[in-house]
Amino acid sequence: MSEGNTEKEKEGAQGPAPGLYVHVPFCRGKCPYCGFHSSTDLTLVPPWLAALEEEAGRYREAFPAFDTLYLGGGTPSLLSLGDLERLLAFVRRLFAFAPGSEITLEANPDDLTPDKLRGYRELGITRLSLGVQSLEDRELRFLGRRHTAAQAEWALNAALTAGFAAVAVDLIYGLPGQSLLTWESTLNRLLAYRPQHLSCYQLTAEAGTILMARLEQGEFALPGEEDGLAFFLFTSEFLGDQGYCHYEVSNFARGQENISRHNRKYWQHVPYLGLGPAAHSFAEGRRWWNQADLTAYLKALARGETPVAGREVLTPEQLRLEALLLGFRTRFGVEVGLLLAAPNGQENLARLRETGLVELSDGLAIPTREGLAVADRLPELFLE
Amino acid sequence: MQQIRNFSIIAHIDHGKSTLADRLIQATIMVPERLRRDQMLDTMDLERERGITIKSNTITLPYVAADGQEYALNLIDTPGHVDFSYEVSRALASCEGVLLLVDASQGVEAQTLANLYLALEHDLAIIPVINKIDLPQADIPGTKEQIRRELGLDPESAVLCSAKEGIGITEVLEAIVRRIPPPRGSPEEPLRALIFDAQYDSFRGTVVSLRLFDGEVRPGDVIRLMSTRATYKVEEVGLFGLSRQPAARLRAGQVGYLIAGIKQVSDTRIGDTITLDARPAAAPLPGFKEVKPVVFASIYPVSNDDYPALADALEKYKLNDASLVYQKDSSAALGQGFRCGFLGLLHLEIVQERLAREFGQSLIMTVPGVRYEFTLTDGTTLAVDNPQHYPDPVKIKETREPYIRASIIIPERYVGAVMKLCLERRGVNPHFINPSPGRVELRYDLPLAEVIIDFYDKLKSVTQGYGSFDYELIGYRPSDLVKLDILLNGEKVDALSMIVHRERAREWAVRVCERLKEEIPRQQFKIAIQGAIGGKVIARETISAFRKDVTAKCYGGDVTRKRKLLERQKEGKKRLKMVGSVTIPQSAFVAVLKTKNE
Ligand SMILES: Nc1nc2c(ncn2[C@@H]2O[C@H](COP(=O)(O)OP(=O)(O)OP(=O)(O)O)[C@@H](O)[C@H]2O)c(=O)[nH]1
Ligand code: SF4
Ligand SMILES: [Mg+2]
Repeated sequence: MSEGNTEKEKEGAQGPAPGLYVHVPFCRGKCPYCGFHSSTDLTLVPPWLAALEEEAGRYREAFPAFDTLYLGGGTPSLLSLGDLERLLAFVRRLFAFAPGSEITLEANPDDLTPDKLRGYRELGITRLSLGVQSLEDRELRFLGRRHTAAQAEWALNAALTAGFAAVAVDLIYGLPGQSLLTWESTLNRLLAYRPQHLSCYQLTAEAGTILMARLEQGEFALPGEEDGLAFFLFTSEFLGDQGYCHYEVSNFARGQENISRHNRKYWQHVPYLGLGPAAHSFAEGRRWWNQADLTAYLKALARGETPVAGREVLTPEQLRLEALLLGFRTRFGVEVGLLLAAPNGQENLARLRETGLVELSDGLAIPTREGLAVADRLPELFLE
Repeated sequence: MQQIRNFSIIAHIDHGKSTLADRLIQATIMVPERLRRDQMLDTMDLERERGITIKSNTITLPYVAADGQEYALNLIDTPGHVDFSYEVSRALASCEGVLLLVDASQGVEAQTLANLYLALEHDLAIIPVINKIDLPQADIPGTKEQIRRELGLDPESAVLCSAKEGIGITEVLEAIVRRIPPPRGSPEEPLRALIFDAQYDSFRGTVVSLRLFDGEVRPGDVIRLMSTRATYKVEEVGLFGLSRQPAARLRAGQVGYLIAGIKQVSDTRIGDTITLDARPAAAPLPGFKEVKPVVFASIYPVSNDDYPALADALEKYKLNDASLVYQKDSSAALGQGFRCGFLGLLHLEIVQERLAREFGQSLIMTVPGVRYEFTLTDGTTLAVDNPQHYPDPVKIKETREPYIRASIIIPERYVGAVMKLCLERRGVNPHFINPSPGRVELRYDLPLAEVIIDFYDKLKSVTQGYGSFDYELIGYRPSDLVKLDILLNGEKVDALSMIVHRERAREWAVRVCERLKEEIPRQQFKIAIQGAIGGKVIARETISAFRKDVTAKCYGGDVTRKRKLLERQKEGKKRLKMVGSVTIPQSAFVAVLKTKNE
């Protein structure tokens, strides 16, 4: 969707409400495993805020009322309460939000203070996503994080008592030297806090990261396929026993009501608008994305130009492929009809059921635990 | 017509035919600087890369002889390798005589004899030429003796020359004029011209190479291709010089080319006779003997969509390589393709290479095999060159396979290794001959089937490149054969079936299963690879399924990237073959042929 055209977007009002994402491209330092674009130059916060407001203005009235707002990064908790207040003010001025909207902010434990937490509540943040990553100091050091396990536990405790509707925790597993036992103990300590939501990401070395360079140097090794699978299945079973449903490859919710309303939009082709550098948007079968680089983003908007770097209009077949690749990653599943559209669809679906990778329910093909573990290989069985 | 001489240069491989052709050309015409190079007539890139002649080539040379008369010499340079002998036999049909070259350092060899017989069959005048007399190891008396004893020719009639040094070239030219008879036939009779070669040209249609026996033809005439009855109006005729030289007409006795806008590829048949539509000849010329292929393999397009393009390419290719035989074939795994017959392994390789280079066809070729003979219980006999046509085992009374007599020349120190190799390949009846001190010629009777797959590579590796290998077919012998099937998850991959000797079946089965295990990528399901004879499994491998393959994160920006990956996979899928639920990369079909790097 390009800025400012409206006719079609209004139809979207009948479907599920869209989500709004705001990318905060600042971090205190660079974590060695992170492939995101982020800046450590906080003097760029004011121009970024200005650009963001400018960009948001371009989409004014283009979307029906949002029911989620996600402040992601980067490290949104780096922003001062004042900056955050300014941001929320223009976002609320320019866009409509449904009552009871989910408003998430990503935070690193080392940024949190009682004042800040209180401020977040006052600004209307309903959901805090905490980048805990680990509760082992050794692991936190390996990950290059700027907090300790004690700080993380303090932040967890503080967040949970601050009155947010939900606290989500990000964890990373599959670290060099980590055993299922140490992972279990981390999970156990964490579960004592009963957070509403958990994201457990297996550590991956992404191209171009420091972690990748060190891996290639042979400084350490990451778990192979079998170990990776053991971690994955263990996590799923362990958290399942504790009442967390494994609803996406790396995501767990304490009950259906705690599923991330915002992220679910990404996985189910619900429209979303992304603001800020590198943000992606999707609506009406179209997707577009902004300049990933902060300076390029700022420059474009300063010149009164669009910060959009690329866009695509998806064909029905492309939409189908995406529905497959997204659907097989979640327990929301894939509509069976989309699978049967492929030449060997019937056969392959039957084999996936026989081998226990997929189960059928209400016209949906839903990946099992084992199915989620190979989710990236399932869509290719249903190519046209 | 009295001033025309049509002749071929024939010999064993490497005896210097193309080099002699160079000298004859240089002695008679001015060759522009840019065209001057060794083996000028070997114009194909493949010929130059490999240093061998693959196709016969014709050139007309004007020569003023010692008698003061000017002659037109139609020279056809032929290939020496046995796999291209069909090129030789067709060339001979256009000639009244041959230069039979014998390398003075090598003496008479297998193809010297084979080609001599071909010339005798055609009743041609034979001029023995002893070449390479410049070499220190040249043995002229010995070679003369062989010419007398082994070829049954008068050794004193041999012309001595060195093609390399240009010695004896005039003598060769004079011998051609004096000893080869001029063509017979009459320009007044109705046109009879033999098509002995052709080449498809997308602009001008098929360019046919002709030998006129009777009559004449000029641009504007309407010709008739006698077997297909197609008629065309002649646009151009001419002679072969260094390039095509248009002429006002072609007359009885001449060799030349004809262009008539023949766009319908199938209208031209090598061996057919061209006549004039207005005044047709009563009967066509005898044409050529049928080719008898010895090595067989099926070829398939990489993508099924490319089948029509492959069919078209083969038809055009065959115009220029009459020794290729092919017919439709189909496989459940590979779709529509062709079963091809080749004159040997080198021929197979050249066909594959030329189809790729000249027609842009990349192919999947199945494991090459030979033609087996079966006597059935009801007394009938059956020749089978395609494993898919293997008869019902209970009805087989006897099976036979073709044998060759291999001649392997090696330094003495490799005898042990080579004997071991030949034994592994079921060689029998070894003989030793000592052609020179330190060198041994080892003769073995070997099943052809054992030689067509990587025998030569193995030989080269055990002799560190010092082994030379030559063979002739010696007929069929009884053999204990079975059909080996390869199954993926219980489904037969028909294109991988093969007929093998019972004792070698297990080894093959293991090899193919191992190779497939390496080539077939892991999939969502476990894959069982089995080699089986009848219902009995004799080898197996398993490819385990993916257990963990999923990226941890997938948010806004990751979706496009992942989808593009899928779209690329979808494109690539055309190049993958499906057997039941198993996808096989085309490389797997090629890989089963490769020797493992030990
Ligand atoms: N010393 C010497 N070498 C020669 C002579 N004639 C040819 N050769 C060499 O022998 C090799 C083979 O020569 P070619 O003319 O290609 O042989 P050919 O008979 O045409 O070979 P094919 O076409 O492959 O059968 C080349 O390296 C030539 O240089 C000669 O008279 N003396
Ligand atoms: S992991 Fe988070 S905090 Fe670390 S560099 Fe990446 S975005 Fe910034
Ligand atoms: Mg040659």
